[in-house]
Amino acid sequence: MALSIIESCVNCWACEPLCPSKAIYEAKPHFMIDARKCTECEGDYADGQCASICPIEGAILDGHGEAVNPPGSLTGIPPQKMAAAMAEIQAR
Amino acid sequence: MIELKVLGQGENTPSGGGCSSGGCGSTNDQLSHLPEAIRQKVFNHPCYSEEAHHHFARMHVAVAPACNIQCHYCNRKYDCANESRPGVVSELLNPDQAVKKVMAVAAEIPQMSVLGIAGPGDPLANPERTFDTFRQLTEKAPDIKLCVSTNGLALPAVVDELCQHNIDHVTITINCVDPEVGAKIYPWVFWNNRRVKGRKGAKILIEQQQKGLEMLVERGVLVKVNSVMIPGVNDEHLKEVSRIVKEKGAFLHNVMPLIAEAEHGTFYGVMGQRGPTNDELMALQDECAGDMNMMRHCRQCRADAVGLLGEDRGEEFSMDKVEMMDIDYEAAMVKRKAVHEAIEADLEARRKQSNEALVTLKNMNTTETRPVLMAVATAGGGVINQHFGHATEFLIYEASATDVRFVSHRKVELYCSGGDTCGDAETTLEKIVHTLEGCEVVLCSKIGFEPWGMLEEAGIQPNGEHAMEPIEEAVAAVYLDMARNGQLDEPKSQAEARELRA
Repeated sequence: MALSIIESCVNCWACEPLCPSKAIYEAKPHFMIDARKCTECEGDYADGQCASICPIEGAILDGHGEAVNPPGSLTGIPPQKMAAAMAEIQAR
Repeated sequence: MIELKVLGQGENTPSGGGCSSGGCGSTNDQLSHLPEAIRQKVFNHPCYSEEAHHHFARMHVAVAPACNIQCHYCNRKYDCANESRPGVVSELLNPDQAVKKVMAVAAEIPQMSVLGIAGPGDPLANPERTFDTFRQLTEKAPDIKLCVSTNGLALPAVVDELCQHNIDHVTITINCVDPEVGAKIYPWVFWNNRRVKGRKGAKILIEQQQKGLEMLVERGVLVKVNSVMIPGVNDEHLKEVSRIVKEKGAFLHNVMPLIAEAEHGTFYGVMGQRGPTNDELMALQDECAGDMNMMRHCRQCRADAVGLLGEDRGEEFSMDKVEMMDIDYEAAMVKRKAVHEAIEADLEARRKQSNEALVTLKNMNTTETRPVLMAVATAGGGVINQHFGHATEFLIYEASATDVRFVSHRKVELYCSGGDTCGDAETTLEKIVHTLEGCEVVLCSKIGFEPWGMLEEAGIQPNGEHAMEPIEEAVAAVYLDMARNGQLDEPKSQAEARELRA
């Protein structure tokens, strides 16, 4: 199984140096994980390192395609509150 | 006009500790309290000295994108050309590009004295990129001072490497010393290969910050502490923070207002946490002051800002433009040296002059007259040289019977941008008048008929008579006039009531 990075990645470089398997590489439009190298940090760390420092909710998916950090889990902003704020800004 | 120049008073010697509220001595420059050795290190640093910031330029290079914590006032998705606040950049650079950009800016803007790395993440969470940039610059532009601004989490781990570079100041952002408070500001930190949330995470961050502060002080590095004032979260608590960091040897404390708008997408913005009012900020800064140096002129600039504080010339130095520039680096360094010497000489001369003006204030009156806040429009150079309608910010000075001191700056929207936007002028103007609340005088080079009327109506006297004069002298002169006219004999509220009746 391997983790993957999707398009909401902001290219902040935080994950790249942490990967014990050197599976993360700079790419366009965003960083990528080499699925052949990724071990999900098993045997090295308790938690996947990229997913433990990534500041963007939803940017890293687990082997089942689920967000490791779902909406609200990192910023503490309840998703419905975020949606309401965004809708209000759109309406302006 | 200043009369009664008192001769033979000698120079004003900077006083040591013991004075309250940052108001002793007779200068607005916060640095006057510092021991000479420290003053020498920071007098040309625009971020540390209100006086220097009119003359010396600084820049930030955005080489450090990664961060090891999350703050509730920050949104890591942010990347915008039109916003000006910390954590925002438009172009991320690698160290080689950053060095090229710094060399180009230092050649084109010879007032440049300082290069800082302040993000958009945390410089010390990107040690290789940050230190590579410093290493190259120490070699290529040894006259440029280097500084770094950090959240402190990684500070103890890299402090020795940091001290090997040409760095004499470090800024640590410390918003709390209590994990309970910290848990309301920092949702998580990344520590020992784990994301640590809540109170536990905040506790780790606080411990590392305090340890880092102590280690820097031990190594003789000047430490400035930044704090973000978050009403209802850490506002009361910051007094304790100020006391503790001062005890540990921080030389300057900078309390900044929270910036939080829903459109920034930050926790505080979305959740409706408000920032402090101007009055709340000033009151807290006064309370934190004690005999410590408080910094009041911070412009909370972008992590890729270029130029004098308050202006941003970043767009002139985008990487594609820098690549096209043909620069003689040797000649640029010689020119820089000459320009810096000229500025220093000018500042020295001005310092002597304003001492004379302020000595007059000291001898003005034996009775206590009330202090007055005045707003000043300036485009730099320490003089009143800006049209009211062109001001994007006003400097706020407090004149009292003993001195004139710079207390804060207030940003405003341009009301006179001409063309299509003119329909909005009235509301923008109203906002400006509101922003200047609490001030009794506005000093500017010129002012239009309409704003003049609105200001007067709001009890703020516009004044264009001191155009091109040094700010402190003009403020002192206006204060003397007010005293002579009996305007200081009654409290402001009574004066207002009288005006209303008239």
